[in-house]
Amino acid sequence: MFKLWPFKGGLRLPSHKQASSLAPLQTMPLPKQLIYPLIQRNGSISQSLVKAGERVLKGQVLNSTEEWSIPPIHAASSGRVVGIQSFPLIHPSGMDGPCNVIEVDGLDESVEFNGFADYRTVEPQVLLDMIHQAGIVGLGGAAFPTAIKLDPPKPHRIDTLVLNGAECEPYITCDDSLLRHFSEEVLSGANILMHILGVNDCLLAVEDEMQESIAALETAQSNGDFRRIKIVPVPTLYPTGGERQLIQLLTGREVPAGGIPAEIGVVCHNVATAVAVHQAITDGEPLLSRIVTVTGQGVRNSQNLLARIGTPIAELIEVCGGYTDSVQRLIMGGPMMGVALPSDAMPVTKATNCILVAGQDEVIVDKQAMPCIRCGDCASVCPVELLPQQLYWHVRAEQLERAMEYHLPDCIECGCCDVVCPSHIPLAQHFRSAKTKVTRKEQEKAKADHARLRYDARNTRKLNEQMEKAEATKRKRELLTKMAENHKSG
Amino acid sequence: MLSILVALIPGIIALVWQFGPGVLVQIIIALIAGLLAEALVLIVRKRNPLPSLLDGSAAVTAVLLAVSLPPLVPWWATVFGVSFAIVFGKQLYGGLGYNPFNPAMVGYAVLLISFPRQMTAWLPPLEMASTTLSFSDCVSIIFHPHNALSFDGLTQATPLDLLKTQLGMETHLDEIQSARVFGGLSGKGWQWVNMGYMLGGLWLLRRGKIDWRIPLSFLSGLYLIAMFFFLFDSSLYPSPLFHWFSGATMLGAFFIATDPVTAATTPRGRLIYGALIGLLVYVIRSWGGYPDGLAFAVLLMNFAAPTIDHYTRPRVYGHGS
Repeated sequence: MFKLWPFKGGLRLPSHKQASSLAPLQTMPLPKQLIYPLIQRNGSISQSLVKAGERVLKGQVLNSTEEWSIPPIHAASSGRVVGIQSFPLIHPSGMDGPCNVIEVDGLDESVEFNGFADYRTVEPQVLLDMIHQAGIVGLGGAAFPTAIKLDPPKPHRIDTLVLNGAECEPYITCDDSLLRHFSEEVLSGANILMHILGVNDCLLAVEDEMQESIAALETAQSNGDFRRIKIVPVPTLYPTGGERQLIQLLTGREVPAGGIPAEIGVVCHNVATAVAVHQAITDGEPLLSRIVTVTGQGVRNSQNLLARIGTPIAELIEVCGGYTDSVQRLIMGGPMMGVALPSDAMPVTKATNCILVAGQDEVIVDKQAMPCIRCGDCASVCPVELLPQQLYWHVRAEQLERAMEYHLPDCIECGCCDVVCPSHIPLAQHFRSAKTKVTRKEQEKAKADHARLRYDARNTRKLNEQMEKAEATKRKRELLTKMAENHKSG
Repeated sequence: MLSILVALIPGIIALVWQFGPGVLVQIIIALIAGLLAEALVLIVRKRNPLPSLLDGSAAVTAVLLAVSLPPLVPWWATVFGVSFAIVFGKQLYGGLGYNPFNPAMVGYAVLLISFPRQMTAWLPPLEMASTTLSFSDCVSIIFHPHNALSFDGLTQATPLDLLKTQLGMETHLDEIQSARVFGGLSGKGWQWVNMGYMLGGLWLLRRGKIDWRIPLSFLSGLYLIAMFFFLFDSSLYPSPLFHWFSGATMLGAFFIATDPVTAATTPRGRLIYGALIGLLVYVIRSWGGYPDGLAFAVLLMNFAAPTIDHYTRPRVYGHGS
């Protein structure tokens, strides 16, 4: 048995996974439209490289920058660019934003993809660039650029690659489906990632309830050269799939507060990201599609779909038999950390792991929050051992400094405290908004500091100028007196 | 909150069995007074009283205070105590969740200080009672205290009372404990009441309604200090088990000290909080001015709870030890 280091707290939640995991994985037919938001992860809007009316091929880059923090986006099929239109964005604010829209022509013509026959002969730096060019980001939901994560700052020595197949949030089964259907690609991707990082150990964590996935991986492992990869069944406990929790569980190491896993020698990637890396390196194919779980009481057939990125969510729902009468709310992600979607017109993005079409019984009814009775249940389930009720106290009183003393930034917003709170207080929501306030305050402070520096510099400059001026006048006067004296005597 | 009331039932049954149905009358009076006081304050505070009345916290405060009172205490004392508990102990601080002190114990302490005679007039236990009081007898005595004159031997010192006064007169412990009111683990009647509360408390623990740390550390703290002095001089200090099953020990351990609003909240803090209540109960019983010390021990530790919390914060993930 592999030694595990269980983290504190966590919750056993009803899984609701069977509905989608039992149905076969279906490949989505070509959509009529593909939609690509131009707004990036960091909030900047990238420049479109294509013009309205232009024909694009599958795999053609639509927008790009040199920066690794903004990987390119590729057209997932061939068609004609309609232009830039406004669509609602996946954001709690429900704002609209500019999107590139492509009318799909059905030919699915592709640019030429060229991979490496043997990645082992290629320099890691070249592979990293290829991963960036392939537009690969973390497919677990956070969509962090993979190339950056694979190129940690120099002083850190990486010894372990962790592959995250612990899909702990209820309802979501896209990774389960991926592990069953693409087990060999996962392992091959792992080998490539290990080559790039220069490590010899890979821990592939899979929830112990995903027996079929574990069996599929073991079969694939015995068929190839994957000895360095260790398949580790982990307990089904929310939030085991959180990066920091998983690293702690597997290695007993804790990521320092405010730091990154590389500081403790670990790099962690989602299993779907490993498959994307395999496809990019061996086939040269950029990230064009992903598996999306469509589930919930609000949709007729729950299942996993292999969908092209950019496909409108409405088309996914249609393939799943449409909405049922009990549909209440559309959520991207799971019930714990998902974001409510204002409309099904928005597209599948690289971060879309699950569309939860919540029915009547599945929406957490916004119950009237009662006063906190300090029962401490929240503290006992917190996986980072915060004291949510005291944090809540300070956050509500807008005592952000006290909240920082109680380690507000360490909250991972998993929502365990919300679930157990007998007073139905939306704690994680309070913490999220408090974090935003802290960030805004810090930005304001930085701005103020900057302004003060400039003001001080200006004052010094003025003072210097005045002194110089006085000096010059004095010198001039002395010179004049001297000249006058010379004149007199001469 | 409902489960707390349910868990009190075994203790209340033992009280009725050993000390007559007076406690039931007190519970009814306390419930009416408590809910009325809560409703009135909320109306004055311009809040909707319904959600607060339905959350059951006022009812729990009322019942906890009622079962702590001598069963035949005059009705006005109960009404005063419960109203004070709800109005001053809870609502004036902002209501449920904002009160720093356990409201039931605030009410109890105010009554004990204001009306010491009425508050120490306990009934003899079943085995020693010369008269059996019916429900209507209790009602008549509670509402017309002078009616008590028509019954014989209505009050008797509790074992803890007797211990305090007799030890003060330098009587040997063995001699004191040979008095009829002693017997079994502690005193006749009292051991059953305490066992009833313990039973209800264990059920609450099993249901996960209360945290195990406070009852465990409270009882362990009390046991250890009692054992220390018992071994030191057993002619002066009664056994740890006597303390466990006397007075309000079990009620306090499972129902009073576990009130989450006023207790310490961190895991380690709760252990410290409970243990210190146990020690204080022993100190007040042994050397203080009152025969039992639970109310004061709990109130004193309520003061200390925020400080305990501050110094017992757990280490957060990713921060060095």
